[in-house]
Amino acid sequence: MMFSRRQALGLGAAAFLTGVFSGRNLVSAAEAGTLTIAYNVNLPSFDPTVGPSAVNPTIQAIYRSIFDQYVGQGPDLSFQPGLLTDWGWNEDKTKLWMDVREGVTWHDGSPFTPEDVVWSLTRAADEKTGNPAQFVWSTAGNYKIDGKRITGDVLRFEPTFFKWAAFLTGYVMPKAYYEKVGAEGFEKKPIGTGPYMVDAYEGNAFLRLKANPNYYGGKPAFDTVVFKFVPDGTSRVAELESGSSDITLEIPYDEFDRLKGTAGFAGVATPISDIGMLFINNIEVMLDKNVRLAAHHAIDKDAIVKRLLRGYGVPIDTLETPEYLAYDPSIKVGYDPEKAKSLLAASGYSPDKPAKFKIQTTRGLKPKDYEMVQAIVGMWRKVGIEAEIEVYEIAKHYELRAADQLAPAAFYNWGNAIGDPTTSTGFAMFGPSPHSVWNTDDLDNMIIPLWGEKDEDKRIAGWKAVSKYIAEQGYVIPLLQYAQPILYKSTLKVTPNVSGALQPTLVSPG
Amino acid sequence: MIAFSILKRLAMAAITLFGVAVIVFVLLRVVPGDPIAMMISPGASPESIAALRAQYGLDASLPMQFLVWLKAVATGDFGTSISLRRDVLGLLAERLPATLELAFAALVLAILLGGAVAVAGTLLRRTPGEPVLDTINGLFLAVPDFVWALALVLLLGVAFPVFPLSGRIDPVHQVDFATPFYLLESLLRLRFSTAADIAAHMVMPVLALGLPLAAIIARVLKGALMEAMVQDYILLARLKGMSSLRLVLQEALRNAIGPTIALTGVQFTFLIGGTVIVERIFAYPGIGNMAIDAVINRDLPLIQGLVLAFGALFILINLLVDMLVVAFNPRLRHG
Repeated sequence: MMFSRRQALGLGAAAFLTGVFSGRNLVSAAEAGTLTIAYNVNLPSFDPTVGPSAVNPTIQAIYRSIFDQYVGQGPDLSFQPGLLTDWGWNEDKTKLWMDVREGVTWHDGSPFTPEDVVWSLTRAADEKTGNPAQFVWSTAGNYKIDGKRITGDVLRFEPTFFKWAAFLTGYVMPKAYYEKVGAEGFEKKPIGTGPYMVDAYEGNAFLRLKANPNYYGGKPAFDTVVFKFVPDGTSRVAELESGSSDITLEIPYDEFDRLKGTAGFAGVATPISDIGMLFINNIEVMLDKNVRLAAHHAIDKDAIVKRLLRGYGVPIDTLETPEYLAYDPSIKVGYDPEKAKSLLAASGYSPDKPAKFKIQTTRGLKPKDYEMVQAIVGMWRKVGIEAEIEVYEIAKHYELRAADQLAPAAFYNWGNAIGDPTTSTGFAMFGPSPHSVWNTDDLDNMIIPLWGEKDEDKRIAGWKAVSKYIAEQGYVIPLLQYAQPILYKSTLKVTPNVSGALQPTLVSPG
Repeated sequence: MIAFSILKRLAMAAITLFGVAVIVFVLLRVVPGDPIAMMISPGASPESIAALRAQYGLDASLPMQFLVWLKAVATGDFGTSISLRRDVLGLLAERLPATLELAFAALVLAILLGGAVAVAGTLLRRTPGEPVLDTINGLFLAVPDFVWALALVLLLGVAFPVFPLSGRIDPVHQVDFATPFYLLESLLRLRFSTAADIAAHMVMPVLALGLPLAAIIARVLKGALMEAMVQDYILLARLKGMSSLRLVLQEALRNAIGPTIALTGVQFTFLIGGTVIVERIFAYPGIGNMAIDAVINRDLPLIQGLVLAFGALFILINLLVDMLVVAFNPRLRHG
């Protein structure tokens, strides 16, 4: 049978279009044994210990799927055995020790050894490798291996050393494999000891993982996990509505409310270790304690959470949330506009003669960030504070904060997935920290002894005292603890993670 | 003569690219956002911040930074991406083809659809169908690509879930391509199911990018065709008994197409610019999507590489358009 050129082209086109429109349901629900996550950020790099992505809290869910941390962490932020089964310091905190888990293998089948742990710790402590938490890892060294036990010298006592072992950059890397393939080879074909192994990766599109059958914690619930990188919130909602993905996170609260009750969907919104706050800079009118405290008392945080965030958030008065170690529920800075007015009056300010300053904020970086600041400025106006809003990008915030040039007030969000006071109040409020804004000797002198405090009870009590002092002085305005909306197919069972990391291991078929 | 003209244009292109390089380098250093400030760890000392700055070559003076960068670019070294930790040239080579496949598919759609609407509009001139077609075309012209993208997400992604919403290929497929031109390679290797999947992923972004351009082409081409249709040679052809469709396609189109090609070339560069938002909405892994991440992360080497790539692409397109216009208009070959 002969075909003309035109007929042949026509048949070819028809076959192609048939392929496009049939053969399989393009947007069908995920196959059995596959979990597809519409994820909100891209994965820039596979190495969880170096570069900017290593300190991106959102990416940790992916890293925790492929790699294991020295110390594990439960969804309630509690610490649990990871690749280390036990750990601690000697009595006088001059030595540390770690017991390494046995019977673990890397994804390439080679055995995981204490040498991997020592190499990873030493590499992390080396400034040249670019580990962003090098300042923590460099506080210990001179490691020795004896069987499954590793001992090392404490070069400078860091009370949070083992907490960081479950935090950013606290991952064990494969010594032999990394030395063999190098940094570039590792990026192309990364291996870890984690519950899932990298199967395919398409930058800015998806990451496909397959279950690690030899995982020490047992075979994972899903054979395949796909992280689809969908940064646009509307598209993530559409991914779930169309059935293309099984679970998504960080979607607008109104969309979450709309869908969570509908047939086939379920939702959970748990408070996570991420807070919204107003940095106060020790400049201009903010040098006046009355203005600072009035600014805090004038804010109705309950109203902000209820009206702007549809109830998804928890008002807070310190930088410590209820899940954190140094949370002190007795520290309260109530909403009291009359008190705010009297404080301002004591300094000569009133609605007719307001205290004036600038407040900076991002717009759209966090849910309702700009709207929140607008509402706050409205509340302030009623008591005698006139604030001018300046919107900037987050990159500008970092630049100004590092140079200590932020406006008298600036909105920001602060995460602290290990719940230790040093990684919230400490770094946010200690003057010499590149991330702090308030910078005065009185506060710094309270904080300095706590950095290396060896008595844990005394250390936590000290941080609680710092939080109380900060609240009394009005050095920062904590606003709320965010709740993370997770929307998923009702056939799944999801355990929310207070750290905010949507780990596939916390999802199972219902 | 033509060779000299092309050489002259290439020399101009090199000068333009140098200008683009200077402007983007200066602009990136002037706009707010210090990439190092975004990477500082909480406990970083001033010394370690300085070391970090030196590691990325940001400690030298601006002219020195520019010279170092320019010298490296001249040897094909576009630097290493701060956020992706890979060489910029490799990233561009990996991602640019995805955008090119998308953009060319959108261009083909726009030409076919716009051309068809223009011809239909010309055939329907002075009939009740003409204003209807013009109004519909006007609507398509008024809606920008990103609005099309969002509308398509809701229509073909959610309401009638026919096409995949995100990505370039279904994650179930093996991504074992020898080249970054997935669609082309799949077709050449006769892997039609993979090609069909890639094409399905392209449908919505291609529609979003192509529909506004189709409307522009339709309007401009129809205007040119209408002008051509009142010329004497058309009248002569009509008197010879040629059908209206053949008149438009065989006689009027050849003379009317010149301005449309020139305009399509210019509009195509805008279409490529539009891939930035459209790729983001559809999570399509091209250079547009990567550009947004690069800007958010203040990844200076990557932004510089991306802008240069966009610049080179625009220059190349303009060069090709000029050559096409000359090819279609013999009078310009000796001018």
